[in-house]
Amino acid sequence: MSPQMIDRLWQAGLDTLIMVTTSAGIAVLVGLPLALFLVTSGPGGIFPAPRTNRVIGTLVNGFRAVPFIVLLVALIPFTRLVTGTTIGVWAAIVPLAVSATPFFARIAEVSLREVDAGLIEAAQSIGCRRRHILAHVLLPEALPGIVAGFTITLVSMIGASAMAGAVGAGGLGDVAIRYGYQRFDTTVMTAVIAILIALVCLVQLAGDTAVRRLRAR
Amino acid sequence: MAEVMLGLAFHGIHDPVRWDTASARPVPAARTATAGGAAGTVRFEAVSKTYRSASGTVQALDAIDLAIPAGTIFGIIGRSGAGKSSLLRTINRLEEPTSGRVIVDGEPIEALDADGLVALRRRIGMIFQHFNLLSAKTVRQNVALPLAVAGVPKAEIGPRVDEVLRLVGLEDKADVYPSRLSGGQKQRVGIARALVTRPALLLCDEATSALDPEATLAILGLLRDINRRLGITIVLITHEMSVIREICSDVVVLERGRIAETGPVWRVFGQPEHAATRALLEPLSRDLPEDLAARLRSDRTAGASLLLRITCAGEALDLAALTGAAGAPVGLIQAGIDRIQGRAVGRMIIAIAGAAPEVEERLRVLGGEIERIGYVAADD
Repeated sequence: MSPQMIDRLWQAGLDTLIMVTTSAGIAVLVGLPLALFLVTSGPGGIFPAPRTNRVIGTLVNGFRAVPFIVLLVALIPFTRLVTGTTIGVWAAIVPLAVSATPFFARIAEVSLREVDAGLIEAAQSIGCRRRHILAHVLLPEALPGIVAGFTITLVSMIGASAMAGAVGAGGLGDVAIRYGYQRFDTTVMTAVIAILIALVCLVQLAGDTAVRRLRAR
Repeated sequence: MAEVMLGLAFHGIHDPVRWDTASARPVPAARTATAGGAAGTVRFEAVSKTYRSASGTVQALDAIDLAIPAGTIFGIIGRSGAGKSSLLRTINRLEEPTSGRVIVDGEPIEALDADGLVALRRRIGMIFQHFNLLSAKTVRQNVALPLAVAGVPKAEIGPRVDEVLRLVGLEDKADVYPSRLSGGQKQRVGIARALVTRPALLLCDEATSALDPEATLAILGLLRDINRRLGITIVLITHEMSVIREICSDVVVLERGRIAETGPVWRVFGQPEHAATRALLEPLSRDLPEDLAARLRSDRTAGASLLLRITCAGEALDLAALTGAAGAPVGLIQAGIDRIQGRAVGRMIIAIAGAAPEVEERLRVLGGEIERIGYVAADD
């Protein structure tokens, strides 16, 4: 591989990292409250709002149903509104975040639902208000599951970010398509695959370690 | 301001703890006895609860009228589905009655707003069958939580947590996570968490049902100590008669959401009047030897002996008068005395040879309760 190609790969790796971490951050910031809402606003929840719950739930399902490559194109007007452009890394972050948020919200929702109802009852019995239940019971008790879910989200976002080349965002996937596939450069293709595998393994390892530490309590 | 000096002789701790039972509770204003109700009393007035489900409505509680006096250990017993849990949970409004009123410390609780409800719950401790400790918090953090969410200053929380942990004998486990504790220790943490706000009332929801017999006895002993030393009213639900017999002063037997019978434990257990009570007592009185049980008949045959179970609470039975009244040889198969809350309850099973039908009537005048078990043929 030429030094230029190594440089190109390095730049693409950075682009991928920026796209994934930024949109993952957004997914957590928006998805976690969304998950808390979905869990607590159902009938019999601590913030009952069944109708809004159904609407939000349907919306989340709707976004989950659209394939990322379609979302990437369909969201172009919205992307331009938010970032002022439709190409480049930042233009890819918008659809990435929009697709990752409901994905993560659903996964976090499952973990939150698994928190024993008895713990919520106990918290109520000692005089906890609803915000105390969120802060002291639901979030800390579901944390290992939420971290495991975040790991899954990150890994699937690394995959999705490879499609961002379609809007000229660059990244590892883009390099693999343009050089590895279109120019038959097997070395580049292999390098990209190796980097992606290493990246995914690293994320998974870090996630698993964090979950193991949390569960060891 | 009632101050109780605790010479903590139990669990090997000897330094006295001063337990101010009134001043330091988070909501003194709300618990100064209103409408003549002392702290630690509960009154149910026609409390009913109906659950609606897809398959129809279920009447969990049906017009319950009951008063729980301050300072008692009050047992609620019944088969599963009898409404025990619903009744207990109406006291701190984890469960809302469909109709009727619950009055705690002389104050009706159905009209309390969110703040009032939180204040009420801080005056009522509760422990659970599965302990319900937060796994992400240490023992100390679990016990401190009721104070932390009540906005008690940190400097005050530390000493009070240490105090209750000493009370339950867990001061050396303060910084471990609940997953490292045994069931009995977890329940001690639950008790410490329930007592840290210095409540006048402690609700126990099947608190020993998940424990082994040894831990059960230890926890019941701790609850009895807490009741005696701190004067806290304890309301407990259980399906185990032995728990009631061990620590309760009063008991109410629930059957399909209604009160089957209620009263002091020695009387209800000594001479149960309701079929539901007898059914619950069955495991305690299954004392017929197996070989006899195998030969038991319900109909009388020639030469068969009549088996009777005699229960007498409070007074001793005159054995000479018994044999006299039987007018036939009386064989004693089994006899024993249970001590229920300091009262003697005698039970015996006798076999009367020949078994003339009028024998039962003659024995009845001697007092005690007589139940015919059946007939056993002389030899077969």
